[in-house]
Amino acid sequence: MARRYSSFREGGTAWLLQRITAVFLLVVLAFHFFLLHFVHHADEVSFLASSARMENLSYYSLMILFLVTATLHGVNGVYNALINQGVTGRKRTAIKWTLVAASVVLLVQGIRTANAWAGIGLY
Amino acid sequence: MTRRGTEPDDAARVGPTTPETARDTVPKRENAGESPAVVVTTIRPQITDDHMSQSYERGLIEDFSRWREFEAGMWAWIFHKFTGWVLIGYLFTHIAVLSTAIPAAGASEATIAAGGDVYTQTIVSLEELLLVRILEVGLLAVAVFHMLNGARLLLVDLGIGLGAQDRSFYASLILTGAITVASVPTFIAGAF
Repeated sequence: MARRYSSFREGGTAWLLQRITAVFLLVVLAFHFFLLHFVHHADEVSFLASSARMENLSYYSLMILFLVTATLHGVNGVYNALINQGVTGRKRTAIKWTLVAASVVLLVQGIRTANAWAGIGLY
Repeated sequence: MTRRGTEPDDAARVGPTTPETARDTVPKRENAGESPAVVVTTIRPQITDDHMSQSYERGLIEDFSRWREFEAGMWAWIFHKFTGWVLIGYLFTHIAVLSTAIPAAGASEATIAAGGDVYTQTIVSLEELLLVRILEVGLLAVAVFHMLNGARLLLVDLGIGLGAQDRSFYASLILTGAITVASVPTFIAGAF
């Protein structure tokens, strides 16, 4: 029987959340890389081109969902890796709330950016 | 917590999140099979919260001086963690750079049409740097490995390919290398 190496407790909520977001990210991250590096090229980026994409509601929704999922997956991964390394007590609480605060900043800033491109007034 | 350290498998049964790697760290009982009177009691580290790599009783697996003893699954776990840290770090950087779109949205239509806004200018100037292009190739390698190894982990958790874990890890590495090399021309195009 092969050994299991993981920072997550198998079957827990954090573990399940990490797996669900992973499946979504596998598809959307591949799409993101392919669209913005192979279909379009990073050195040809312009506000106009980014706006044109983001004004499409399906693309805008997908990117917002992408941002939320990536943030959840990343922060959940970092938190569980640190717990797995043995961080406990006050340190653990401090890390948890720092990560929550960082996530909120990331999400707010990401949504503001998407809104700026999409021409949505709220940014 | 007090325990007897006489069973080689003790460590694998202790703690809610104990990876089975702890087995590696427990010295083998040399006199197995002989009279209990001569059983050698293994010496185990004290369990304290001060020593983070011991608190889960999996031994000093964070002790990289033991790297020669690591098996494929251990390397996969280390690489997955490392690439994960890089990717979350990049996500914050990425959003910070893209945020220049917020002030750019206030520029005049003529400025935006001419590509003179702060967002377009920031991205174009970054992409002119060879270092940025090289870092982008590195980011691709990191992301591709994390995705391929992540897919492997999903399959392992579903019980698929348990017997081929080592080979699927090596396959992830080789495929990452191949995709990265194949992408270099696209990522470097126009940098010179």
